[in-house]
Amino acid sequence: MRTATDGLATGLAVLSTVLVVAPLVAIFVYLIYKGASSLSLAFFTQVPKPEGETGGGMANAIVGSAVLLGLASLIGVPVGISGGIFLAEFGRGTKLANAVRFTADVLNGVPSIVMGIAVYSLIVYQQKHFSAFSGGVALGIMMIPTVTRTTEEMLLMVPHAVREAALALGVPNWRSVLSITVKTASPGIITGCMLAFARVAGETAPLIFTALGNSNWSVNLNEPIAALPLQIYTYAISPYDDLHRLAWAGALVLIVLIVAAVSLVRYVTSRGVLKGAS
Amino acid sequence: MVLCALSIFGIVALIATELVVRSHLAWSQFGFGFFFKAFIDPDSKLPMYWDPVNGHFSALPFVYGTLVSSFLALLLAVPLAIGVAVFLTEMCPRMLRAPLAFVTELLAAIPSVIYGLWAVFVLVPLLREHVNPWLIKLLGWTGFFNDDNPTGLGFVAAGVILAIMILPIISSLTREVMNAVPGSQREAVLALGATRWEMIRVGVLRNARIGIVGAIILGLGRALGETMAVTMVIGNTPQIQRSLLASGSSMASVIANEYAEASGDLHLSALTEIGLALFIVTIIVNALARLLVWAVTRGAPAQVH
Repeated sequence: MRTATDGLATGLAVLSTVLVVAPLVAIFVYLIYKGASSLSLAFFTQVPKPEGETGGGMANAIVGSAVLLGLASLIGVPVGISGGIFLAEFGRGTKLANAVRFTADVLNGVPSIVMGIAVYSLIVYQQKHFSAFSGGVALGIMMIPTVTRTTEEMLLMVPHAVREAALALGVPNWRSVLSITVKTASPGIITGCMLAFARVAGETAPLIFTALGNSNWSVNLNEPIAALPLQIYTYAISPYDDLHRLAWAGALVLIVLIVAAVSLVRYVTSRGVLKGAS
Repeated sequence: MVLCALSIFGIVALIATELVVRSHLAWSQFGFGFFFKAFIDPDSKLPMYWDPVNGHFSALPFVYGTLVSSFLALLLAVPLAIGVAVFLTEMCPRMLRAPLAFVTELLAAIPSVIYGLWAVFVLVPLLREHVNPWLIKLLGWTGFFNDDNPTGLGFVAAGVILAIMILPIISSLTREVMNAVPGSQREAVLALGATRWEMIRVGVLRNARIGIVGAIILGLGRALGETMAVTMVIGNTPQIQRSLLASGSSMASVIANEYAEASGDLHLSALTEIGLALFIVTIIVNALARLLVWAVTRGAPAQVH
């Protein structure tokens, strides 16, 4: 009886794993198949055609996403990295650092659409028009907690001996932190930033009423701008087959970006100085 | 650097003040009743929930939609997620562990708009053609599965896609919590002659239960605020229907749909108030979940996820 229960439980666990992994793999394979068969040179070089016409691409959305993400990184990366350095090096163990860490984790769980409303109310409502600038700010703010936490985690993986060696040479603490610890962890920090970058690259909700989207060329920060995830959303719910194909191709581009970032993080954290240092 | 760390508090304060200021109009007009009262039309005696043209706003159908789709998602995801975590920590051959962990990590990083895209073109047709007729035949008598919606869009579709999206989060946190249970606990139970399942049940799950509840609550937090995928499959009609196959609308989806073209200050303000409610609820849910997970993993070594 007991062995039977054991067998049953094992069977159920294996079954649930299969049940989970199978559809997930299916999503992936389907996405790659659909995306690859829809990708073409035009996708990267042309702007969308008017609805109902065939052809066209998402060049404006790719450039728009690049503009938005550049702006977001300008805000999110420096603030996030400095925050992470504070948490791991200067504030370690203090009440303040714990409170910041906790708030960052909680902030990570706040729906991105709420961030969109806040930025709408802060910038779009005052300026009375949608703009690329407001979209970039929304994404940048979203990057801060993620970058802060990954930077901290990467710094904590640097062995204590490295810090102690620097301090033993009589180097002041701030120099030891900046040119020894941060430098040692820099591959990790950079890939952590890439991960945050890849995550916000797929964010749609905060852009709907900040960047708004644009079916023409625009790199003007003061005007609505197109973005890849926004375009995927509008195309997916449109009735035209041709736009659906573009949406799949766009999804594939986003996925490639994300897979690259996630794999890189795994590679960096599993080798060299950072390996097993915690 | 302290300043940058403090910016995290700044962001929370900024969101809170902006939302409160911008939702003031709706708050002063409707008060708390906004979330549970509906305007009753004097002619037809039918409740009017959301009527921007005449200025009647009630968040009731959206609260309902969010709760129904989230709990449906939890119902589907929790047993599977715990099964996966048990398999990965206690039974899995070492060779499979790293690739499976990698896949879960990847899935957590896929943007929700892509899940939505997949759901629109694969999941919804699948439900419409194969699953829904079967549900109606089998469970139609309960009243929860009536056929009055031929599109396939609705609470069931939203619940299924949400379940797929929160599975990786719940299972990876559950795994983390189970890994934090000391090996000596397992050995002690095994030494008493327990089978592997008894060891998992008594030695691991019982010790990790608080953290597992934390992981589930965190998954709930994600499900409550999930926007794009739900917006794409829930059908977006502000109604309350008993049938789970009917289309509805969630708090996040109504914001996504209407905010950019809100028809006046009161409409905008009402939508912002829904956002404020979402903000407060997710903050509470996430804080609670983090505290529970921390309570269990505090002693364990730091890990990179």
